Order: sequence, then structure tokens, then C-alpha cells
Amino acid sequence: MAAEATLTQETVSTKKQWGGGRSPFSVSWGKMYMWFFLVSDAFTFSSLLTIYGALRHRHTEIWPKANDVFTHFPGFEGHIPLAYVGLMTFILIMSSVTMVLAVDAGHRRDNKSVALWLGLTIVGGFMFLGSQAWEWYHFIEGTEKGARITANGEVYRFPENAPHLHHLNPPENALISPSQEIITDKAKIETVMKNSRPINGANLTENEYGHPLFADFFFFITGFHGFHVFSGVFINVIIFFNVLSGVYTRRGHYEQIEKTGLYWHFVDLVWVFVFTFFYLV
Amino acid sequence: MSDKHESHGYYTGGIHNQFVPEHYDPKNKSVIWRTFWILLVITLFEVGIAFTSIPHEILIVVFIVLTIVKAYFIVAFFMHLKHEKMALTYAIILPFVLIVYLIAMAITEANFIHLWDKLFK
Repeated sequence: MAAEATLTQETVSTKKQWGGGRSPFSVSWGKMYMWFFLVSDAFTFSSLLTIYGALRHRHTEIWPKANDVFTHFPGFEGHIPLAYVGLMTFILIMSSVTMVLAVDAGHRRDNKSVALWLGLTIVGGFMFLGSQAWEWYHFIEGTEKGARITANGEVYRFPENAPHLHHLNPPENALISPSQEIITDKAKIETVMKNSRPINGANLTENEYGHPLFADFFFFITGFHGFHVFSGVFINVIIFFNVLSGVYTRRGHYEQIEKTGLYWHFVDLVWVFVFTFFYLV
Repeated sequence: MSDKHESHGYYTGGIHNQFVPEHYDPKNKSVIWRTFWILLVITLFEVGIAFTSIPHEILIVVFIVLTIVKAYFIVAFFMHLKHEKMALTYAIILPFVLIVYLIAMAITEANFIHLWDKLFK
């Protein structure tokens, strides 16, 4: 029992644990600093998502519905909400699994398996970045018919671009007001059409789907997250070449993979929250 | 102050948290895949109930709870925090109490401005 204890876990008193000369957390400094960096990074993302939520509550009536905005799926026509972002989530979860399998292979000191799983993680990262580029492209490009925007920035949309109202069967020539009301009055529609100009897609100042802040937050938060993914892929590529050239075999341990893995899982973790607050809620 | 470290092979005594290959637990892999399936099923479930006629207020609560469940599985098993020392776990988790406070403040303020605009603008 005693011999086993020294190998698996050295049971020490709290006083000795915190008495200096050892890590009180029983982790290397590199891992601890990675954790503390991730905590600070999580604060940044939390603040962004919190302010997104606050402004959404402030403009609750005119906030765009995500199911009206992100409805494309490659190779399919029509409105298919949530499918594409579900696929993106799957890709990122999958690349998290391959990353943790790389860490696991590192524990077995199995250099070949580490290289394989890390390589697949990089592929997953590139797939996610590509998906995000596709999503951005369609958001910037907008719908075919677009919408109408008045001089004071109010967006009137066409019923065919508002699938969340389709169950109310709005007539084809109707308009959707900024507060999601269906306008069928001919005179009113004419006034709106006369005092507005067409708008297609979204940018930082205008958004055919509704409030421009929605587009601003979408670009900033998913862009900030995408940049994290990009950085993660970049770091993974460096580690990958280190693995191939046997750096960690010579070093005798694969702690570097664990630290990089922490960062990669964090990127996945942030996406779980972005997925919920941008697409689901 | 004794955490359960027996099953995953970490030697926690030294200043370097070196993994002991002799104590590699073959069960690790099944834990990874179990976590993967849990995350996948929760995500599919979320996408599935988004199209039902359940009231939106209930859906929001369900989505947020499930998101926190997913976050738990990622942090606990993929990031291995479940098997770190309790002191480190608390040092990482407790600061997020401040975020809960931030959310409460920001949303309350936003609701108030929303009401103000409605009444006086």
C-alpha cells in the first residue's frame, strides 16, 4: 500500500503542500499559467456575450431571429435553420475528441498516434474555419430579394425571408415591420416602399435582417472566436511538426500537448456558449 | 486534502505534474468517447427541441441549463479539471461568480432602459 501510494499519489499534509518548495496545485507552472490565461480569456468572452444579451433585451422587439438569418445549407435550397451550425458544432466537438486522444496517446508515449490525432485535429480546425467563412459569406451576401431600409434605419422585410412567421401564412405582397408585425394595408406598404431603398445582406452599419447591432455582435464575437480557432490551428501545426521531428520523444514527456489541448478545448467550450446564445436562444 | 488520483496515472507529488505511463489507465479512452457521445446527444437534443412548440421561455431555460451541462463535461473530462487538486479547481471556477453578477446587472439595466424607452420615448 505504501509503495503504491508513492507512485500513484503521494499523500501529503496541507501544511507540506502549501509550505513552499513544491507546487501547491500539483501542476507545472506552464499548465497553471495556461489555466489562468484561459480564465482571463473566458472573462473576455463572457463580457462580450453578456453585453450581447443586454442589448438584445434592450431591443427585444426588433432583435432579428437567428432562425430567419442562418438558414442555408450547402447543396440544399430553401430554409434549413440550425442544420449548418449544428454541423459546425459537431466538427468542433469532433476535433476536441481527436485532441484529447492525442493527449491520451502522449500519455502512452506513442509518438505515431500523437501525430495522427493531432493531424486530424488540425484538419478539423481548418474545416471549422472554412465553415465559418461560408457562414460569414452568406450573412454578408444576404437573401436574394433582400429587404427595404428607410432613411432612419428601420428595416422592413419580405415575408418569404421571415420563415419564423410562415405559420401565420402572410400574403406574398405583405411587409414585415421592424417589430415583426405583418403589414397588409396597401397604402401603408406603398408609403414604406416609396420612402425606402433596397438592402442586401449585412455589414457593420446595416443589416437586412434587422438591428445592425446584431450584425456587429455576430461579426465581433464569432470573429473573435474564429481568430482563437485560427491561433489554435497555428499552435497545433507547430506542435505537430515538433511531434514529427521527435522533440517530445527526446524530452521524455508530452506535457506540451496537454497545454495546447487545454487551449483547444477552451475554444470548443466558447463555441458551446456562442452556439446557445447566438443560434438557439 | 486527499483527492482521488488513483485511476488516471498522474503523479502529483512533485513540482512537475508528470504523467506516469506505468499507471496509464485503459479506461481513459472509454471516458473520452463517453464524453463525446454525451456532448453529441445533448447538441442534437437542443437542435431537436428548437423546432417543437414548447414555449420560448421554457426553451431558453432548458438551453442554458444544457449548455452548462455541456461546459461541465468539456471542462471536467476533456480539460481534465475533475482530476486536478481541489484548490486549483476552485481557483479557476470561483472567479466566475463575478460573471453571474455581471449578467444580473447588465440584463436588469437593459430591461430598465427598454421599459424607459417604451414609457417615455
